[in-house]
Amino acid sequence: MEKLITEFSIGLFFWQTIIFILLIFLLKKFAWKPILDAVNEREEGIKNALLSAEKAKEEMASLQSDNEQTLKKARSERDLLLKEAREIKQQIIDEAKNEAKSEAKKIISQAQETIQNEKNAAIVDLKNQVAGLSIDIAEKVLKEKLSDDKTQMKLVKDLVKEVTLK
Amino acid sequence: MIFGLTISAAPIDNESKDPKKGGDLKTEIKEYINHHLKDSHSFSLTSWVDQETGDKVYLEIPLPVILYDNGFHVFMSSSLKHGKKAVESNGNYYKLNYHDSKIYKTNRDGVLNYDSDHHPLNETPLDFSITKNVATIMLVAILMFLLFSGLAKSFAKNKGISKGLGRFFEPIILYIRDEIAIPNIGEKKYKNYMSFLLTVFFFVWFLNMLGLTPLGVNVTGNIAVTFSLALLTFIITNFTANKSYWGHIFWMPGVPVLIKIVLAPIELLGVFIKPFSLLIRLYANIQAGHIVLYSLIGLMFIFKGYVGSSLSFSLAFFISIIEILVALLQAYIFTMLSALYFGFAVAEEDH
Repeated sequence: MEKLITEFSIGLFFWQTIIFILLIFLLKKFAWKPILDAVNEREEGIKNALLSAEKAKEEMASLQSDNEQTLKKARSERDLLLKEAREIKQQIIDEAKNEAKSEAKKIISQAQETIQNEKNAAIVDLKNQVAGLSIDIAEKVLKEKLSDDKTQMKLVKDLVKEVTLK
Repeated sequence: MIFGLTISAAPIDNESKDPKKGGDLKTEIKEYINHHLKDSHSFSLTSWVDQETGDKVYLEIPLPVILYDNGFHVFMSSSLKHGKKAVESNGNYYKLNYHDSKIYKTNRDGVLNYDSDHHPLNETPLDFSITKNVATIMLVAILMFLLFSGLAKSFAKNKGISKGLGRFFEPIILYIRDEIAIPNIGEKKYKNYMSFLLTVFFFVWFLNMLGLTPLGVNVTGNIAVTFSLALLTFIITNFTANKSYWGHIFWMPGVPVLIKIVLAPIELLGVFIKPFSLLIRLYANIQAGHIVLYSLIGLMFIFKGYVGSSLSFSLAFFISIIEILVALLQAYIFTMLSALYFGFAVAEEDH
């Protein structure tokens, strides 16, 4: 211990302390602070880069799922459109069919009516002609039959009989 | 490493050839090691003995000596002449005592008066010299500043990616943040302490490593240096401490009153013991490492034979590798424990 104390040099202690403190402050300003700041910045940069990479990955995944969803949606929409189109087509066809049917019916019924009318007219005409013919024939027959008086008398008698009976 | 060992060993080798000192190699090695462990006023690289004059010649970098003794006295360490002569400065005379590497005030003739333990009795002026250790600390400070401000710049230039030499230190900085500061201090407050922890870690590590080079400096094995570092930890701990920390020291919650009274002085002592253990641990580890390493290198010259020398060489080599580990480990422990103490100081009350 005594040796340590006698060996102790105040001058060396003085210089060591001065130089060392000076060195701490100089290095702090010119070395440690910039170095540690740069290292921190770099570490921060790496951290951020990793984070943003992770984020990009996530974004990509979400984008992909988005894409898929859009595709799915588009597909279902297409299906829907096709279905609707099919339905509309069917409807149009059905409508056309119905219209055609009703039109046909109308035409048929009109035709039938016309036919009936024609038929009726024809029957009336026929009746008239038959009646004319019958009268003509009856006239001729009567003329033949009533050529003698006896027959004329019998007829009158029959007619009278009939009238009285009524 | 091998290169380092041989260079470090060179001065001993040369001194052992000194014809005057001759036989007592062990004492000389001991003195050499002791001298190395201490701070020095000049940065000596090697020394040899001039064959013609018989004088010791030193190859060294002279450093400025700054003394305070009623005014400053400044001169270069080369004029101390390794304690052979007194230096005159502004009318005062100063002389280096080679044995404890201290400068004493003397008279004109440079006479040192010794006590019975061979300690000089002369007055010692306040010594603020740029010694070998101070110069090394300055060198490391400049090196660290260039290195880490360069790293910071490369971060700015390359948008957060480091380039060049600093790249090697980036994981260590991150380690200190993630494994030392955050777990011990907590996510919220660790940022305030990062500058100190990072500076202290690299400072201690670099100085420990520099101590293993052939330069032969022993900065972190010097009590004044470790004291200064631990003092800063102590000051930061106690100045940033919250109410809960002081509450745990002076009035431990959750125990009977009698125990509270007993615990208070113990806890208060702990406040000082914690940083004290820091300074002793670092000092002792590095000091011991240097003593062992230098002793083993010294052994090479004592054994002289092929077997003994190569054995102590391999041991020295092995210890050197361990010392590299210790250099890092001690820096880590100092930083870790400092962070732990800061963590105690700012811990939130959570019970």
